[in-house]
Amino acid sequence: MKNTDQQAQHLALINAGLKKRRRAETRFRIAGRFATMIALAFMLVMFSAIISRGSGAFQRTYIEIPVYFDRSHFGDQSTQVLQNADYSGLLKSALRSAFPHIKSRSDKRQLYRLVSNISAFELRRIVLDKPEVIGRSITVSLPASDEVDLAAKSEMTTFGRLSETQISLVQRLQSNHQIRRDFNYHFFTSGDSREPELAGIAAALAGSFFTIMVCVALSFFLGVMAAIYLEEFAARNKLTEFIEVNINNLAAVPSIVFGLLGLAVFLNFFHLPRSASLVGGMVLALMSLPTIIIAGRASLKAVPNSIREAALGIGASKVQTVFFHTLPLALPGIFTGTIIAMARAMGETAPLLMIGMVAFIVDIPTTILDPATSLPVQVYLWADSPERAFEQKTAAAIMVLLAFLVVMNLTAVLLRKKFEIRW
Amino acid sequence: MPRLPQQPALPEAAPANIVVQRKRHNIGEKLTLAVLFIASTIAIATTIGIVLSLVFESFRFFQMVSPVEFLFGLHWSPQTAIRADQVAASGSFGAIPLLVGTFLISLVAMAVATPIGLFSATYLAEYASPRFRNVVKPALEVLAGIPTVVYGFFAVIIVAPLLRQGGDMVGLSVSAESALAAGLVMGIMTIPFVSSLTDDAIVAVPLSLREGSLGLGATRSETIRHVILPAALPGISGGLLLAMSRVIGETMIVVMAAGLTANLTINPLEAVTTVTVQIVTLLTGDQEFESAKTLAAFALGLWLFVLTLALNLLAQKLVKKYREKY
Repeated sequence: MKNTDQQAQHLALINAGLKKRRRAETRFRIAGRFATMIALAFMLVMFSAIISRGSGAFQRTYIEIPVYFDRSHFGDQSTQVLQNADYSGLLKSALRSAFPHIKSRSDKRQLYRLVSNISAFELRRIVLDKPEVIGRSITVSLPASDEVDLAAKSEMTTFGRLSETQISLVQRLQSNHQIRRDFNYHFFTSGDSREPELAGIAAALAGSFFTIMVCVALSFFLGVMAAIYLEEFAARNKLTEFIEVNINNLAAVPSIVFGLLGLAVFLNFFHLPRSASLVGGMVLALMSLPTIIIAGRASLKAVPNSIREAALGIGASKVQTVFFHTLPLALPGIFTGTIIAMARAMGETAPLLMIGMVAFIVDIPTTILDPATSLPVQVYLWADSPERAFEQKTAAAIMVLLAFLVVMNLTAVLLRKKFEIRW
Repeated sequence: MPRLPQQPALPEAAPANIVVQRKRHNIGEKLTLAVLFIASTIAIATTIGIVLSLVFESFRFFQMVSPVEFLFGLHWSPQTAIRADQVAASGSFGAIPLLVGTFLISLVAMAVATPIGLFSATYLAEYASPRFRNVVKPALEVLAGIPTVVYGFFAVIIVAPLLRQGGDMVGLSVSAESALAAGLVMGIMTIPFVSSLTDDAIVAVPLSLREGSLGLGATRSETIRHVILPAALPGISGGLLLAMSRVIGETMIVVMAAGLTANLTINPLEAVTTVTVQIVTLLTGDQEFESAKTLAAFALGLWLFVLTLALNLLAQKLVKKYREKY
């Protein structure tokens, strides 16, 4: 009797608590879901902010006006004269005749500022290409200045720093359909510039390319060799243990410390050229080595022992076994690890700042010894610029950088899917 | 140097060409092994290179500025000369404001990353359906692959202005380069790091513990809170220490979003500067190599290296201790 009484009491106690416990369970589950959603939301906000700001930079605004290539500008039309003719005068007179109502000096100056500084070079290019235009009037597309560019991309809703006069001129051009937008191939073919509308990422891309090439050439072979030694040959002793501890700790050293190492050793001690992609690649190689070694060891470890034993059994030496049997089977995994390490190196900025790859680079570097910058450093430089138009360029450069990283990571995933052998 | 396994001796009557071949071969093998060994020591060489260059340059710095001033000084302004007739040192080099700034931003970052990372990892490991997990987990890992300069840009153009506007609405003045903005974005960057390390620690808890708890009638959340998380605690705290060391050494977000001038405060709404920001500002732009200003960057680098190394070793020790338990 007493026993069942107690049981009933216990049951009542449990049931009383059950509601509360179930509520706690639901709360916990919701909190978990909420945290996951917050993390994803952050990512979405970041990507949409960058895409909405940057996509404009892939287009370029042109102003189409008729230009009369007056014979009086070109004298005897020899190449010499054509090269050095007064194209900016030509441009100014074309702009003036397009807007005959502009009379005052300051208004004229504002009119000239609607087009980019390179418009005069554009006219020169046309004349040098087709001298027969001289004496005729043709419609020319001139690159617009950065403020006009931004106004056109906002569909004439915001005008930034454009003056009243300029706004009325731009609106007139717009209603006459003289403002045109086109794919901005310039962004991919030109180097940095002080003028936002002329700045491009070609120099930064070339710098990134050279840096990564140096980095992969050094880190891949050194990393694979170290992985082979540690996984296949090294005896378990104090030295090997020390090496392993070192590798694990190097993987966690802040990247800026590698930059300090590069500055002190490569630049100040060995006097290698400052700002060169050679040094950048070397620093990034030291940084990526631990990742590659760890990935290499993991994929060597995954090769089953039966392969090694079979090779040894038919008379191969240990070195032959490793290089002709174990390594080829482990290579897909090593490649995957290397590509992931290179993707990380490609997005790295801080160590490159230390070794002076943070220069204003207009000319596209052609060797690994030329002063260069890299894509993430270019992002940093542009993000620091005060001009409003650079914000768009920065976001666009980030989009290009992310596109490269996505391609690299996808390659790694596909490589793993296609070639990795599951034993 | 390790030895190669001994090959069986050739019989007495082996043809001469085989004997020669094998001799050559053995030399080749030894050479290969030597090259492999040298490649594996490059990690040691790098560590030695880092330590030597940092210690050497810091030593020269401490000949100009006393270590006591550097470690305990409350004033950091390497740009301005105190006296006009000063030759070697220009300005003052008390690193305390930088350390306080670094910790302030790191704390904000950890305050963001720890709860979100822990909760999302627990949810993904214990509750989420396999389909949800297979989509969300790689998506979170994408966050980890984004270059930090992108986060820096995000902090400058979105987060900082938003915080400023939010502050204006409730009547707080938030600096344009507030520690809050930099720390918040750094926290977002650290979420996948925390969540993947937590995930590892949770998965490593033996199934028997979980089943025992569920069998006694505990709910899932009770099992997680009272059994799994305590069992995974050493692994999780190791992971958090690693995350902390990463956050302290992070450079680009703070260079872009935090302040440049030292400011001794613990108010996250004000602009503070960090160790990494100062290293970058001291070493970019015009520099003469012999000045205290340039060498100070190496002393800061040494400080950073020692701190992150200590955190990493501690974290490894914690994780290792945990592994031995089961």
